[in-house]
Amino acid sequence: MNNSSIVGISVPRKEGQDKVTGRAQYIDDIVLPGMWYGATVRSTIPRGRIKQITFGAEVAWDDYVIVSAKDIPGKNCIALIAEDQPCLAENCINHPEEPILLLAHADRHALAKAVNAISIEYDPSPAVLTLEESERCCDIIWGSDNTFKTYVIQKGDIDSAWAKAAYIVEGEYRTGAQEQLYIENNGMIAWFDPEHGITVWGSLQCPYYVHKALMTLCQLPAERVRVVQVETGGAFGGKEDYPSMIAGHAALLAIKTRKAVKIIYDRLEDMAATSKRHPSRTRHRTAVSKDGKILGGTIDFTIDGGAYTTLSPVVLSRGAIHAGGPYYWPSVRITAKALATNAPPHGAFRGFGAPQSLFAMERHMDRIAQIIGASPIVVRQRNFLKPGQTTITEQAVREPIDLEKLLDRALELSSYQSRKESFAEENESGEIKKGIGVAAFLHGAGFTGSGERYLGSVVGVEACADGAVRVLVSSTEFGQGTKTALSQVAAETLGLGYEDVDVAPADTMEVPNSGPTVASRTVMVVGSLVCSAALGIRHALRQSGWLGDSYSPEEFRAACRNYVAAHGALRSWSRYEAPPDIFWDDEKHRGEAYAAFAWAVYIASVRVDLTTYTVSVDDFVALQEVGRVLHPVLAAGQITGGVAQGIGLSLYEKVIWQNGRMQNSQMTNYIMPTSLDVPPIRVFFEELGNVHGAFGAKGIGELPIDGPAPAIANAVADALGAPCDCVPLLAEDIFDILTTRVATADRSGSPSR
Amino acid sequence: MSNSHEISGRREFCFTVNGERKTVPAYPMERLLDVLRHQLRLTGTKEGCGEGECGSCAVLMDGILVNSCLVPLLQAQNANILTIEGLAGAGLHNLQQAFLHCGGTQCGICTPGMILAALYLLKKNPFPTIEDIREGLSGSLCRCTGYMQIFEAVEEAARRQTSDEV
Ligand code: FES
Ligand code: FES
Repeated sequence: MNNSSIVGISVPRKEGQDKVTGRAQYIDDIVLPGMWYGATVRSTIPRGRIKQITFGAEVAWDDYVIVSAKDIPGKNCIALIAEDQPCLAENCINHPEEPILLLAHADRHALAKAVNAISIEYDPSPAVLTLEESERCCDIIWGSDNTFKTYVIQKGDIDSAWAKAAYIVEGEYRTGAQEQLYIENNGMIAWFDPEHGITVWGSLQCPYYVHKALMTLCQLPAERVRVVQVETGGAFGGKEDYPSMIAGHAALLAIKTRKAVKIIYDRLEDMAATSKRHPSRTRHRTAVSKDGKILGGTIDFTIDGGAYTTLSPVVLSRGAIHAGGPYYWPSVRITAKALATNAPPHGAFRGFGAPQSLFAMERHMDRIAQIIGASPIVVRQRNFLKPGQTTITEQAVREPIDLEKLLDRALELSSYQSRKESFAEENESGEIKKGIGVAAFLHGAGFTGSGERYLGSVVGVEACADGAVRVLVSSTEFGQGTKTALSQVAAETLGLGYEDVDVAPADTMEVPNSGPTVASRTVMVVGSLVCSAALGIRHALRQSGWLGDSYSPEEFRAACRNYVAAHGALRSWSRYEAPPDIFWDDEKHRGEAYAAFAWAVYIASVRVDLTTYTVSVDDFVALQEVGRVLHPVLAAGQITGGVAQGIGLSLYEKVIWQNGRMQNSQMTNYIMPTSLDVPPIRVFFEELGNVHGAFGAKGIGELPIDGPAPAIANAVADALGAPCDCVPLLAEDIFDILTTRVATADRSGSPSR
Repeated sequence: MSNSHEISGRREFCFTVNGERKTVPAYPMERLLDVLRHQLRLTGTKEGCGEGECGSCAVLMDGILVNSCLVPLLQAQNANILTIEGLAGAGLHNLQQAFLHCGGTQCGICTPGMILAALYLLKKNPFPTIEDIREGLSGSLCRCTGYMQIFEAVEEAARRQTSDEV
């Protein structure tokens, strides 16, 4: 494993040729014979009851197939964590854009006018639209108290921390909803046949999530549901849970029409109806010693889950565990809540709760620095976690991470000191104010706590008749390079060439459940399983006498060919086994939260134009420790992509809500960064040589979205000399900050005695 | 909007796509994008927004970069159109190679439009500065890459190009 030749090299992306030539087939590129098209009729109110549905006389309804909740063969729900979300609303409406009816027609152009010809009369009820309204419980819209989930994480003795504090620093921080904005909209094709059951092809992240949802919805056994992922044009978490809904709709139409049915969302529908990043509110109250050490504190982390449970409990958990940042807390109490509102459910988006709570933590560190009169650098240095210390869940840091060193290097790379000084000078006059801001953070790789044990992922490796090796996983490629990285791992393990290995299509008929492609787990968790399954193949070839102790790639291929010719298919399976000494208490959220953390320090330099109130980022340094970098180009691409999305979250992307509905659900009025808006994003890796994961790789996908928002908000606050505690910071927000600067400046905390 | 293509009757339109002469029956207001994708099955041209914002439907029409979701077929009459499918010759085009090599494609959905935007840029300006590249690609959105590796790809293609290639 040491003299590696493929791992660590930027080999060509497996499906790259197809992508640059336009040959790659995404769901909307696929046409099946006799295929029909489907559309969804949705609610226009946030909450109420359906009184009456009228079908306008101007449409020839006999040409359409119409599906309502009554047509559902199984259970009317999208099975995931709780079963509270219907696939089609029967009577009660709990959010705008809730699906009510489905239509199918042979001509895709015939759908829009039919959707418009259906009028639905409602009996509206008062809607709960904000966290504060949800907390007040005047209207109960979910359970007994509008709360999907509460976690309390407690460490140490907080009472004594208050008593010892020289300062008590308080702050409240908010982040907005954010649209994933994959450039390929959601889409699915379903096909039904009484004998084979249902087959669904689609743009999706987690084939087995869709598989489970379809079994429940269509009341079919596992072997009569088949889910195939086709080339997927971006996902970022946005195609983690909602595709189960669309697959369900396409399946219901396919069952009723007995045709293949394709549903493709347009941008308006995709943005308005599907999930976004959870809006959040975090309140910190921190006991700090005279020299800037955190003694303890409380963190109240609250997220808006929208109308149904979906993934909110899991997002909440990850957000809560990351809420203390990369710092040592002798004592802390974190109270985390996911609340219900009458908005479309918020869901997975890269980072999964951590960007929200880390934004608060890193803004709060700057506030602490300001209150005690120290630099943001010093306050971070004083509190960094060190090997041997424990995190807020009392997980001991076993990695030899040196955050001070990481910070020093980032400061140097960004010329922090000299910029700080020159900005102070330049800012004395003129309408351009410059600032520089730091964010230090961590991101846990893999499922939380016992999550991986419950998943029990299985990975297969197959020796093929032509001598090639195939990796069998349900882990999906949607741009991150899953196929490339897992092929590298298998090739390296077996001493083969990169071109000798490929990854099978993510088709539930062909591949085992290697778990969802989320949580930065693919390379670390699935990659390790690929290693052991690959070794199983080699073992079998040796045992059968077809392969010697040492071999060339050509001899290995010959051994595969001979084995398959003599004995038939050769597949080796590997199942995840949790290390026996791992302790995790899910109720208390205590113990080993993650098998490994990635660590990072990001530094942003910004300028604020006081005539236009706009912010631009001039320079961005992203330095991280992610274990072994398997593929430098892919890794850097993950970081720059995540940083750009984080810049969007900080400065451009604002969802405008009206009555629970997104008003700006177009690319013209919901603005993501263009090539003109991104600064040079300078990416650096620090490699510690960890032992986790395949060849020492840790997760990388989510980390880069955690840092930009706090680094940029800290930089803007530095430029303006005013706190910036909410993102996004659009021109109107900068204007508000400047006009209320005086009022906010003295609300920001006070010495306790 | 979806019915606008019916405004007047279907008739035949002629144009050249990737060097091939095509005659297709269509409504005058039908989007060039739909005709390319549905009738000619050239699905390399993608739809990201349908309103001229994302550039994933970009093609070259008579040498000019256009968003095909905004082009009614009427305007394409007799035009010479290049889509991503027409770019590679015997081997990959310089730009396609550079995108592969530099990591300019991740999920790939923006890639056809992005490569055509880059091609148009390099035709007008064979030696672009980084600012020219940023400006030239600003009509093409990419959500995956953060653009850095796309810029590198265009720079690399510009370096490698020979005058007859672009
Ligand atoms: S689909 Fe044409 S610009 Fe977006
Ligand atoms: S590569 Fe995915 S949008 Fe550009």
